[in-house]
Amino acid sequence: MSNELKKPGRILRAPENFIDASLSTAITKDGLNEERRDFLRKSFVAASAVVAGSAALTQAAMAATPEGDPLILNHTEYDQTLGLPVAANPYGVPSKYEVNLVRRESPGLTQVGGASVAFAPLQGLFGIITPSGLHFERHHQGWQDMDPTKHRLMVMGMVKNPKVYTMDDLMRLPSVSRMHFIECGANTATEWGNVAVPTVQYTHGMVSCSEFTGVPLSVLLDDCGFDKKNGKFVLAEGADGSGMTRTISMENALDDVIVAYGQNGEMLRPENGYPLRLVVPGVQGVSSVKWLRRIEVGDKPFDTKDEVSHYVDLMPNGMTRQYTSIQEAKSVITSPSGGQVLMGKGFYNITGLAWTGRGKITRVDVSADGGRTWRTARLETPVLSKALTRFNIDWVWDGSPAILQSRAMDDTGYVQPKINQLRGVRGTKSIYHNNAIQSWRVADFGEVTNVQVN
Amino acid sequence: MYKLTKAILTVSLLALSFAATAQSLPGIGRTATPKEIAAWDIDVRGDFKGIPKGKGSVALGNKVWDEKCASCHGTFGESMEVFGPIVGGTTANDVKTGHVLALADGSEPKRSTLMKVATLSTIWDYINRAMPWNAPKTLTTDEVYGVVAYILNMGEILPSDFVLSNENIAEVQKLMPNRNGMTRDHDMWKVKGKGDVKNPACMKDCTKKVEITSVLPDYACDAHGNISEQNRHFGAVRGADKLIACDPHPSIAELNRIYNTPYKPNGGSAKAATVAISKPTTVAPEVVEATGVELLKQNKCTACHGMTKKIVGPGFAEITAKYKGDAKAEERLIGVVTNGGSGVWGGTMPPHGHIKAENIKTMVKAILAGEK
Repeated sequence: MSNELKKPGRILRAPENFIDASLSTAITKDGLNEERRDFLRKSFVAASAVVAGSAALTQAAMAATPEGDPLILNHTEYDQTLGLPVAANPYGVPSKYEVNLVRRESPGLTQVGGASVAFAPLQGLFGIITPSGLHFERHHQGWQDMDPTKHRLMVMGMVKNPKVYTMDDLMRLPSVSRMHFIECGANTATEWGNVAVPTVQYTHGMVSCSEFTGVPLSVLLDDCGFDKKNGKFVLAEGADGSGMTRTISMENALDDVIVAYGQNGEMLRPENGYPLRLVVPGVQGVSSVKWLRRIEVGDKPFDTKDEVSHYVDLMPNGMTRQYTSIQEAKSVITSPSGGQVLMGKGFYNITGLAWTGRGKITRVDVSADGGRTWRTARLETPVLSKALTRFNIDWVWDGSPAILQSRAMDDTGYVQPKINQLRGVRGTKSIYHNNAIQSWRVADFGEVTNVQVN
Repeated sequence: MYKLTKAILTVSLLALSFAATAQSLPGIGRTATPKEIAAWDIDVRGDFKGIPKGKGSVALGNKVWDEKCASCHGTFGESMEVFGPIVGGTTANDVKTGHVLALADGSEPKRSTLMKVATLSTIWDYINRAMPWNAPKTLTTDEVYGVVAYILNMGEILPSDFVLSNENIAEVQKLMPNRNGMTRDHDMWKVKGKGDVKNPACMKDCTKKVEITSVLPDYACDAHGNISEQNRHFGAVRGADKLIACDPHPSIAELNRIYNTPYKPNGGSAKAATVAISKPTTVAPEVVEATGVELLKQNKCTACHGMTKKIVGPGFAEITAKYKGDAKAEERLIGVVTNGGSGVWGGTMPPHGHIKAENIKTMVKAILAGEK
């Protein structure tokens, strides 16, 4: 049965104009192995120049018989049988065919799974919402599935009345639901010095976007009577082993920070902080403390590890910028993107994501010629503040070498920089906050690879 | 301010003193007790606000280190096997200047904790809250002081007979090698700040020459596995199973030539033509089939048959027992499920010919094998 299942969707068409029928049949039956691949390469050396990049190898590019496609002419295994009943999968799961797009680790990036990253498969996602099960993961000391009835949130420090809240308390309060991206400050870190990873999953997969539901932090701060005169900062702390802590300025805390329990209509997933996390829109993900258990109001920053020593920017002069927070305007083409192969000349929809921690995306321009000329892409609605924005633009590939790039602008007028412009100011010693324009090289044989272009 | 607050403001004559009233959200939450606050308020700030009383010698720290820290961080705090190095890259001159030279001149590419951290409180706080790695928050206060002292001793900042305590830690702070290496004077943590990098957003004739500076290094070409298995097996594109652009790699000079000369199909690049179009392959995902027991549930067989006991029809365990050792049972039961039957258990089994034959077979096999 599993063999049968492999048939639909498999690319079986070989460029049969240039190879003999028996090889074509063998490829159709068993796919390309090394021997056949080698043979194909030799065939193409002898073949006409027109070949390069021209054959479309899409499924059912040609009818399989003169009468037509048997998938149309005949009944199928689905249209003459009864389907499954309702609630066969009480908590629905993706199609059994959708197993390729999953969170993945980048080999060699970290040595310990508990202090590592799993990247979201941006290359195959649509729209702006990341499915909860595919939201990128970053843990500092592993993840826990915490009992919500035992979870407590304490708000203390420079407040009149330090308080403890249970999940019951928090979920009785008026809630807001807002779509925001969370991007790790180290997203695209591997690319500061040179190209290092092959696909957009690994270059940009530490950004995800969800609809978060919860209580504005300002409501809780008011409830405890925080010191409005001297309370300039809050500390957020997690209930996990790492006791993750980050300082958030009071300006930020009162602006749009959410004490969140909901994600995309359901409770947070455990890997994303179930049952309670902070969401600090526009700020690098480490501030959106997961498994949130304590908020402390103070008059000075708290000097925690992940704001004074990690998630900081080492500048060319050897000085380190501490407390870096804002994720500046950034975009990336998610398809066609690194590691993908175009299916022949013709029409493609170039699609990608843009976001900014300072507000809304106002424009995304796309170049297919390495930055010589640019065209403005369509922004798909909704375009929301501090959320992912989807862009699309038509492109007809003529089979010649191309370099695809996207460039985002936000409502502060900021323009996403080229990598050499970024390095010109920040050098190459930084690990974090690489928001440079990403370049994807399209070879004349249709393969897309990661390159850097000044 | 928030809606609920607004509502209360509009109806209350005490509006102006709202923030000062004890209960602004009636019935929500409760006051934290002093003991609760003490239990959770463990953070230690750069000015050592929050640091508990205690002391620990370099010798105590050495003992704890060897037992609980060295396995990850190395005997001398230098290991990079599991985490970044703790010790290394600082000099006596750095202790004088308070700015680690290696960060500016790049002479030490691996940045150790002692090179980076300006505030000693940060090291104390982090060890206290998060170490040891697999048993966080299990060190005593004195042990934390000891381990911090030992780290500074390994970094040649404190002598071997030093005893670090809450009373002298502020003085030791003045020896931190990178204490002057930090700046907070930038717009990257201000909500309304401005970016420090400019791009004019040119639209036409933006560059005369496309300059490719970097491509995927050879070692990274297949380090991430088969990319065709990381893309859909249908749709606009496919994933490459092995990157041809890596095999062999065109030089950056060759690429820059290709991208700065008019394209001639197959004329410019023999290598490109060699591999032309032979590439797209598709690896269909490994489909995980439902087990027999899952199929029994999906097809709602369990509505009438309990896994062990009778509901309307016999329990599956009863069927397993009845047909144990009967070689013809599988064929017979497939017939009964498909076409219906009656008499054996004193009831009627309706036909289920709509279920795929192979699924019926899988389910019957699962029942006869007693799968659970």
